[in-house]
Amino acid sequence: MKTSKKYKVIMYVILGAVAVYFLFPLLWMILTAFKTEAEAQGYPPKFLPDKWLISNFVTAWQSQEFTRFLMNSVLVTVMTTIGQILSCSLVAYGFARYNFRFKNILFMILLATMMIPWDVTMIPMYMEFKAFGWINSLKTLIVPSFFGSAYYIFLLRQFLMGIPKDFEEAARIDGANAFEIYSRIFMPMMKPQLILIGILNILTVWNDYLGPLIFLQDRSKYTLALGLASFKGVHETQIIPLMCITIIMIIPPVLVFIAAQKYIVEGKSGAIK
Amino acid sequence: MKRKGRLRKATPYLFILPWIVGFLVFTLGPLLLSLVMSFFNWSIVSKPSFAGFGNYIEMFTKDPQFYKSLAITLKFAAIFVPLNLIIALALAMLITQPVKGVTVFRTIYYIPAVVSGVAISIIWGWILNGDYGILNYFLSLIGIKGPKWLVDPAWALFAIVLASAWGVGTMMLIFYTDIKNIPIDLYEAASLDGASHVGQFFKITIPIITPTILFNVITSLISALQQLTLVLLLTGGGPLKSTYFYGMFVYNNAFKHHKLGYASANAWVMFIVILILTSIVFKSSSAWVFYETEVKEGKKK
Repeated sequence: MKTSKKYKVIMYVILGAVAVYFLFPLLWMILTAFKTEAEAQGYPPKFLPDKWLISNFVTAWQSQEFTRFLMNSVLVTVMTTIGQILSCSLVAYGFARYNFRFKNILFMILLATMMIPWDVTMIPMYMEFKAFGWINSLKTLIVPSFFGSAYYIFLLRQFLMGIPKDFEEAARIDGANAFEIYSRIFMPMMKPQLILIGILNILTVWNDYLGPLIFLQDRSKYTLALGLASFKGVHETQIIPLMCITIIMIIPPVLVFIAAQKYIVEGKSGAIK
Repeated sequence: MKRKGRLRKATPYLFILPWIVGFLVFTLGPLLLSLVMSFFNWSIVSKPSFAGFGNYIEMFTKDPQFYKSLAITLKFAAIFVPLNLIIALALAMLITQPVKGVTVFRTIYYIPAVVSGVAISIIWGWILNGDYGILNYFLSLIGIKGPKWLVDPAWALFAIVLASAWGVGTMMLIFYTDIKNIPIDLYEAASLDGASHVGQFFKITIPIITPTILFNVITSLISALQQLTLVLLLTGGGPLKSTYFYGMFVYNNAFKHHKLGYASANAWVMFIVILILTSIVFKSSSAWVFYETEVKEGKKK
């Protein structure tokens, strides 16, 4: 493709203009967070704060039990990631490397479950967890992840399908049993894919609002997303603390994404077909 | 020996056992329970009583909010799905341009897609604030008096579209990887034949990525019809219920008004609406989706 100078200039202008739409809201949030309440709500707006008040963050963080919310979020994120990696790899391995009766129909069902709207299952799930006595417990968010998730299983299975059969045969001759073949040979091979589903899970769970909203009632059990949302409810008029906590909340997913971009970009191409 | 043979036969089922249990307990069970509940008057406080088709009859004949919420949600999907698709495709084309540093822009465009809906609602709520929001300030600089986005029923839906479109990065990335995979010689051949850039886009790029377009239309349609987080937090369904989306209608019936049976019936109606709409999209796809790539893909497996 020809790239004239004029073409390049036009491209950079467009790329930059679009970047403003995606970056400005974040930048504006960051600038606001360091201002005083009066500065933030002044009109016309001032772009930079007179004094950069880092103390805003400390005050905001201490105004509620955010440390506890953070611990809950970390616990749920870590546990569900372990759960998804273990369960999805097992299930995907079963679907990809074995032939068995009802395999195709079961796999079709698995794919079909991705289409079920959350509206339909949220009420009975609430009833179910209530019957288990789990309402208000982080178990409601953690336990289901140990039973796999259709999309992640699908991603892993697509990868496993492409590996030649020789690996199992060689290992079997060496006397390895089925579980050892899975855990010692295929798990290491799946590493990039496992990292991908781990990242996708971290982003989803960390950001989840509706699950915690429905299943958790006691403040001490809140996750950061839910804690922030309830903070919004009581602090409608005070914008500064709200901005500070929002920034803190979005730092981890943004860092995870930037660090692991490669896996996400590559993984998306396997996702569709 | 016999025992060993049986174990070997059971092995694949042992591997997929977690999913089977999960499917029964967290998908099929709830699905059936929800269907049963939709035929009952079921509240958290009192005993359930059988209602026959009562919930469905009430919804269709006595509850004007049902039609209103359904209409708002369909309107949102009708605006959001094509808009998001066009923006995502345009951005994907933009970040496949051969200029230096373009991957930095790819990163920037994707970042909002990893931001929680809670955070999005807070950030955009602040930008769209009618009194001291920065957007209205910018508009005033060019002589436009901005509306009170979140308080004016005429603009609230648009505000939600604007905030949702901020997360377009996911779809952009799916298009991006697909466009990247198109063999370069196809374009070279076309440009030898004298096809312009625009011509190449419509004659090569678009036809090749039609399966991805289909995938994106369906996934974004399903998620648009279920949008809940942003309306709960950005507008709360208001002003004057102008953004009282269907998801909110179901949620409030269940957890605010404690009409679990009625809400289950609501949810099933949406499930059926989603099934009908997605199957229409699927049916139509034979007319506009080109399957050459899938044939190739099938050979690889």
